Amino acid sequence: MSERTLRGKVAVAGVGETDYYKRGEAPDPEFKLALKAIKAACEDAGISPTQIDGFASFSNDRSDPSRLAAALGCPELRFSNMQWGGGGGGGAAAVGNAAAAIATGLADCVVVFRALAQGQFGRFGQGPRRNTISGDFAHTVPYGLMSPAQMFAMKVVRFMHDHGVEQSALRAISLAAYHHAQNNPRAVMYGRPLDEKTYDESRWIVEPFHLYDCCLENDGAAAMILISAERAKDFPHTPSYLLGSVGGSHYRAGASVHNTPEYASSTFPTLAPRLYEMAGVWPKDVDVLQSYENFTGGVLMSMVEHGFCEPDECNEFFVKGRFLAESGELPLNTSGGNLAECYMHGLGLILESVRQIRGDSSNQVDSADVSMTISGPMVTPVSSCIFGSEATL
Amino acid sequence: MSDNYLLPGLPQPSPDDLDTPYWNGLREEKIMLQKCNACSKFQWGPEWICHHCLSEDIGFEQVAGNGVIYSYERIWHPVHPALKEQGPYIVVLIELPQADHVRLVGNLLGDPEQEVVIGSPVTAAFEHHNDAEPVFTLLQWQPGS
Repeated sequence: MSERTLRGKVAVAGVGETDYYKRGEAPDPEFKLALKAIKAACEDAGISPTQIDGFASFSNDRSDPSRLAAALGCPELRFSNMQWGGGGGGGAAAVGNAAAAIATGLADCVVVFRALAQGQFGRFGQGPRRNTISGDFAHTVPYGLMSPAQMFAMKVVRFMHDHGVEQSALRAISLAAYHHAQNNPRAVMYGRPLDEKTYDESRWIVEPFHLYDCCLENDGAAAMILISAERAKDFPHTPSYLLGSVGGSHYRAGASVHNTPEYASSTFPTLAPRLYEMAGVWPKDVDVLQSYENFTGGVLMSMVEHGFCEPDECNEFFVKGRFLAESGELPLNTSGGNLAECYMHGLGLILESVRQIRGDSSNQVDSADVSMTISGPMVTPVSSCIFGSEATL
Repeated sequence: MSDNYLLPGLPQPSPDDLDTPYWNGLREEKIMLQKCNACSKFQWGPEWICHHCLSEDIGFEQVAGNGVIYSYERIWHPVHPALKEQGPYIVVLIELPQADHVRLVGNLLGDPEQEVVIGSPVTAAFEHHNDAEPVFTLLQWQPGS
């Protein structure tokens, strides 16, 4: 049997996004944002949208592929795919799904996209407005546990307790993101730097998350075009090859009412080894990392579970200097990420990961050959992926 | 009802096919959790089959109201209008060693700014909402054994 792997079989030909807006401030409806991002990604790839024959997304994106294909005039739809569940945890998995379709001949040119207009539709960070509630949420919402920050804080509290992690470790993640956003004109927080004092004095949302430990809520859309590796050099930009992708969760991660046995987790313990095995690289090989910040505590646990740091060494490892693009050993969230660039459900992080391989990030890392993205910690399923330059093949 | 931990106005629990015995039990100040009749293991949240042995023959059994704090969070920013004037409050995740270590979510009664110690014992307290329509009871936790 031939080796079953995605390594080196698929490449990114183009990336694109709309302007990023504060929540509720997009001038366009969500579906139009999706179309604009897809058109931008096609323009970047130097192709017509009519060459797209597949669509992949996550988190129940409302922009239906059949309508997208009709609007874009695609002659043929061959792949229409949704990563089930997990919200932002599906980002890297959507890339993997699209790549699997291309590698197996189901489709030739697949766009991975995500569009959000929280003004047109509902907000994420709000509690339910009805009078009664049933099922899993009946066991949490009446106790005042209802927002994403509240659903995940207890995992982080337990992890920090078990491993003696201090607040300064979370702060370093936030400071690095804001630092990078100051060089990124796309970033919603461009021109709004953050220092230690401002972080320390910011209000608690839910302990251990200050305001600046929490992602933004934004409107906009992002997209990327995937094609087979054989065609990778037919496009104007330096190709980014997918080396590996994983999506899923550990044992009973979906057990309800906070009963996951391995609770203090970002959901990656079983996935991360499979990612490295497929990609053929190890944490020490990663030149630049984008790690999804719903909340900084999730970034910390994700990086531990991906082997960048021992759980009991977080206080020494998580310092701002290590994470800076210009001088750090492990540049982290170099666009500003979900904290300071834009909360596009993490797809913006994957676009940044590609930009680092291409060499056109606004916080470019020197000779980035291995570029990794982690999507949506603490939910289930989660996912992560690694892109490499031609030199890694 | 000023005796309640949180201000009124949050969605109230509506029992479903899986958890009705639990909510009915709380009305009688009993903690009734799902237990497999085939392998005698507890599981929570409730599910249609036992995840240990896959039996469909599962019932509910009363467990004692003693637990241990597995984790907690102190919430400062309300996301529901009913809690606008609430101020900080504590959500706890309670482990029940006597029921195969299943966990329940509740509030930790007392000073919302109290120090919370993971691993410390707590005792069940039943918060009856007798003015609600329909009536219901929440399971809260008091520090100490």
